[in-house]
Amino acid sequence: MNALSAAFLPTLVRRERASFSATLAAPFLALAVATILNVALYMAMGRNPVDVVYAMLLEPFLSWASFSEVLLKAGPLLLIAQGLAIGFRAKVFNIGAEGQFILGAIFASAIPVWFPQATGQWIWPLMLVLGTVGGALWASLTAFWRVRLNANEILVSLMLSLVASQLLNYLLLGPWKDPNGFNFPQSVMFQYDAMVPLLISGTRVNVSLIITIILSFAAWIFMQRSFAGYKLQVGGLAPRAAAYAGFKEGWAIWLSLLIGGCAAGLAGAAEVAGPLGQLQRSISTGYGYAAIIVAYLGGLHPIGIIASSLFMAALYIGGDNAMVSANLPIAAVRVFQGSLLLAYLVAIAFVRYRLEWRRIVHRSQS
Amino acid sequence: MNAIEFILAGMLAAATPFLLAALGELVVERAGVLNLGVEGLMAFGAALAFIIVYHGGGHFAGFVVAGLGSAALSLVFALIALGFRANQVATGLAIGILGQGLSALFGKSYESLTVKGLPKLSLPFLSDIPVIGGIFVQDVVVWLSLAATIGIWAFFAFSKGGLVVRAVGENPKAAHAIGYHVIAVRVIAVAFGGAMAGFAGAYASVVYTPLWADGMIAGRGWIAIALVVFGTWLTGRIFLGACLFGAVSLMGLAAQATGLNVPSQLLASLPYLVTIIVLGIISADRRLLKLNGVASLGEPFER
Repeated sequence: MNALSAAFLPTLVRRERASFSATLAAPFLALAVATILNVALYMAMGRNPVDVVYAMLLEPFLSWASFSEVLLKAGPLLLIAQGLAIGFRAKVFNIGAEGQFILGAIFASAIPVWFPQATGQWIWPLMLVLGTVGGALWASLTAFWRVRLNANEILVSLMLSLVASQLLNYLLLGPWKDPNGFNFPQSVMFQYDAMVPLLISGTRVNVSLIITIILSFAAWIFMQRSFAGYKLQVGGLAPRAAAYAGFKEGWAIWLSLLIGGCAAGLAGAAEVAGPLGQLQRSISTGYGYAAIIVAYLGGLHPIGIIASSLFMAALYIGGDNAMVSANLPIAAVRVFQGSLLLAYLVAIAFVRYRLEWRRIVHRSQS
Repeated sequence: MNAIEFILAGMLAAATPFLLAALGELVVERAGVLNLGVEGLMAFGAALAFIIVYHGGGHFAGFVVAGLGSAALSLVFALIALGFRANQVATGLAIGILGQGLSALFGKSYESLTVKGLPKLSLPFLSDIPVIGGIFVQDVVVWLSLAATIGIWAFFAFSKGGLVVRAVGENPKAAHAIGYHVIAVRVIAVAFGGAMAGFAGAYASVVYTPLWADGMIAGRGWIAIALVVFGTWLTGRIFLGACLFGAVSLMGLAAQATGLNVPSQLLASLPYLVTIIVLGIISADRRLLKLNGVASLGEPFER
């Protein structure tokens, strides 16, 4: 007996050329899908969905006070993500920005911790420079391991982040602990001159936001207009072509990791010399990992990353809001971030592929 | 008990989370897929198992739920990375973040609570041998993990299924041409890897240190991925590597017990530092990696 069964199966078919509209739509589509999924989760947890959505996604934008906090949070995310995106485009997966961020914060803190009496307007700029150097040094370990020892940069940079966080603990519980700090794991409060000047009075937004925006445009020029940026992109898209053209792989890895390390280190320095005002454990709250999502969500494009960093910062502020007003655990932010990146990766597939419903006929004999 | 006896006796139990997760990842990578979400899959399994055991469901149910839960989460990875051909690195990272987030969300109200572990079973006679006798006193999961190690070794060494998985990982186009369903094989491998990561997490949260704390996996999932490279994709070497990491993670405790004046943070970083150093040494031998590595690792398959 012959049995015919027909089914319509979705199949991915490669497009003739990449779809530009799909590129633009992807982050918004991903946001919509992630929001629906997460709201369903909150409802399953017995939370009022309207309250949570209001607190998480709208409230951060509704008052100047909370929006200025969004800007403050967006700074480090934006800076780290710009650095990472350059590497990701070259297919150098530095996922240890968290460690490079911590080292930047530690290097910058060295001045106010060792010279708490020093005064002068040179202190905070020097701290930012030191932070940049610290991040770059930490990243250079990964670069050395990758280029010289052929070790996987994903694993090495991640392990170095875990080491960095132990180093931070060691300093805060040991040599750098504030002697008058009631045994809390934190350094002394920094002196006035060790703080980045405020940009907008009445808020905590400081000059580092300007630096960050300038660097974002520098990243855009570097990636779109410079030969070095071009070489990196060719290395990422077509490694064989890059090798044939004589673009050195080792050079691309060093450059990618150093740029990523500098950006993360600078962000770490700006964080201790900005909103924190001292070295403390809360410096490491996963910005380095969140920035990976920011970079992808922004399409690895410097301008897109500006938008995605604002959104991700709002999600952090909104998560805090929802914790207070809707009694939502703060871990909900991480769940949202993870599902957002997953939704984006699905949405971005439609840039290169389209879905076709093919009629598949099975003939089975029995 | 001196430090050496302490490390020998505890090594296998400390190695088990590494071993289970790394064996799972070995099968995934042999099929040509790189799943970097192991840390999150372990955390998710750990939280599920803890919740089941805490509410009196028992260890067996805890492990089953953890395995099923993490396998389900890894199927999300499979759908996106294999179905939609997304970048496997990014998808793995996203699954990792999601798994860790879900574990923190579900485990929120269980923070710092404890459950009872599992009793140790000792092998007769062998456990009476001085110094090394402690090796033969282990809980049932450790014994099962050893059996799983042998099982996976035999699967790749002797079975047709093992050959199919390797063919799919080495040359998916050829495997497809001779009639194997590449995507199906890879999906099954990913689900297996997810279940193993779930068991590994469950062992960590309800047997090895039977308490729940956010972030308790503490990089062990990442070390498990590194172990697959250390072991150059060979089951036996991965087992030895897992034992090494079991011993290293106990060294911190042993050093503290002997009153050695070393900062505890340095001891806590020891497994990470050893990972970095060993990764450098093994990878520097490019021939070794080329010889044993999986040819199509991380590349999406397209007909």
